[in-house]
Amino acid sequence: MAVDIDHIRAQFPALHQEVNGHPLIYFDNAATSQKPKMVVDAIAHYYNKENSNIHRGVHYLSQKATDKYELAREAVRRFINAASTEEIIFTRGTTEAINLVSTCLSNWLFKAGDEIIISAIEHHSNIVPWQMACEQSGATLKVIPVLDSGELDMDAYRALLSDKTKLVTVNHISNALGTVNPVEEITFLAQEKGALVLIDGAQATPHMTVDVQSLNCDFYCFSAHKMYGPTGVGILHGKKEILDKMPPYHGGGEMIKEVKFEGTTYNDLPFKFEAGTPNIVGGVAIEAAIRFIEEIGIENIAQQEAELLAYATEKLQEVGGIRFIGEAKEKAGVVSFIIDGVHPYDAGTILDKLGIAIRTGHHCAQPVMDRYSIPGTMRASFAVYNTKEEIDTFIEGVKKVKQLFS
Amino acid sequence: MTILEIQEEIIEEFDMFDDWIQKYDYLIELSKSVPLIDEADRVEGNLIKGCQSKVWLHAKKEGEHVRFMADSDAIITKGIVALLVRVLDGQKCQDIIDNELHFIDAIGLREHLSMTRSNGLVSMIKQMKIYALVFQAK
Repeated sequence: MAVDIDHIRAQFPALHQEVNGHPLIYFDNAATSQKPKMVVDAIAHYYNKENSNIHRGVHYLSQKATDKYELAREAVRRFINAASTEEIIFTRGTTEAINLVSTCLSNWLFKAGDEIIISAIEHHSNIVPWQMACEQSGATLKVIPVLDSGELDMDAYRALLSDKTKLVTVNHISNALGTVNPVEEITFLAQEKGALVLIDGAQATPHMTVDVQSLNCDFYCFSAHKMYGPTGVGILHGKKEILDKMPPYHGGGEMIKEVKFEGTTYNDLPFKFEAGTPNIVGGVAIEAAIRFIEEIGIENIAQQEAELLAYATEKLQEVGGIRFIGEAKEKAGVVSFIIDGVHPYDAGTILDKLGIAIRTGHHCAQPVMDRYSIPGTMRASFAVYNTKEEIDTFIEGVKKVKQLFS
Repeated sequence: MTILEIQEEIIEEFDMFDDWIQKYDYLIELSKSVPLIDEADRVEGNLIKGCQSKVWLHAKKEGEHVRFMADSDAIITKGIVALLVRVLDGQKCQDIIDNELHFIDAIGLREHLSMTRSNGLVSMIKQMKIYALVFQAK
């Protein structure tokens, strides 16, 4: 293996604990990853030594905090290879980033008769905001169907595209199935029709190199907490030419240039979309999380996780009586499955008793479960600190579940 | 038997188990042993949707007493559902309203009532009390 797993695991105090009398095996990384010590230390250090409000105040601490926050913005820019820091907007998370775009576009761009295309394998956070946008603007929602394999039906997608299409949005990687969507092609086809493209990258940034300039999408959203960073901070990347035209989202301090009762002028990018005091420490911590990833190398992380995914899939197949939900050729991070005749809730409960944390249920993607006519799945999702030995123990747990419920 | 007595009886039963696996084996047995709800009552209107598992609950009034019928699509949930029905089925409205269900805590299954589980059980208990309130008011 390309990574020094012992060295990596030593940086995660949360991994070194017992749960229900067993060493914790944490396979719920698609929900949120654990945090390395350097991220936790960055948070403590900021509050202990550097805390101040930013972009205001001439005093030393304010300047220091501002520098750190803007350094984080630059780290994010570098991480996804954005053209400039003006295109990096801090949000509360992927969900807020998507809502920012959907709200601003409903106020500005969408009108009755327009069409918004999403896919059948979206997280609720990339469905509901667009349903709300449609309600408000009179636009219509169209859905790219998914094939049995968990891959999007690209022929159906081409057929859905038309001059009415104003926006296309899909996830980069499906949280429920692990499918890696062909986002470059999806983007290209949409832009040929003059539509904007938003990619929900929440599940992608922890697992693969993301280059927003080569993807050429108009918006890319992701969350820090799924990539070793803190909760409560996310990123909206938008192309400058579109963000410049888009009206602001929230009003308040920070996002203004000049406020008069006769009218207000808005601040430049990215501050136009960052009303109020932001999650400063979140910014500081995301910078540390990116440093953590870069020190290992995202390619090494991807390779490690691909090996884990292949190993887990193979071992589950050997158990027998397993139905995989999502068997796309391109998959990352996630193995979603059900054991024949066993409810995921029952399985998850027993695995928890064995100290194994997986996710069970519909993964905030109910339409996906409906598509496969199942109540939910068992989902094991991996991070760089997971090991094949942990998978072996997990497989023993799966066998125990089978034995109990059959 | 009163609600309190049935709860004490269940607590005693669970006291016999040495470890969690025996406890869950027993829940699995309970889920198999009871015909919990008529197929005709397994309908959308009686469905309590949890994030993780589903629970069906139907109730009818027999004199001063409430009869409960319930089911779940998950076996462990169904085992706990069977226990809840055993405690509250056939009891008087006022007793159902007044009595605390302390047995779940006592037998070490409280985690199944936590918010994160979202298995429909918390809503089921609430709904059982609501049925008792409504039937009493009638």
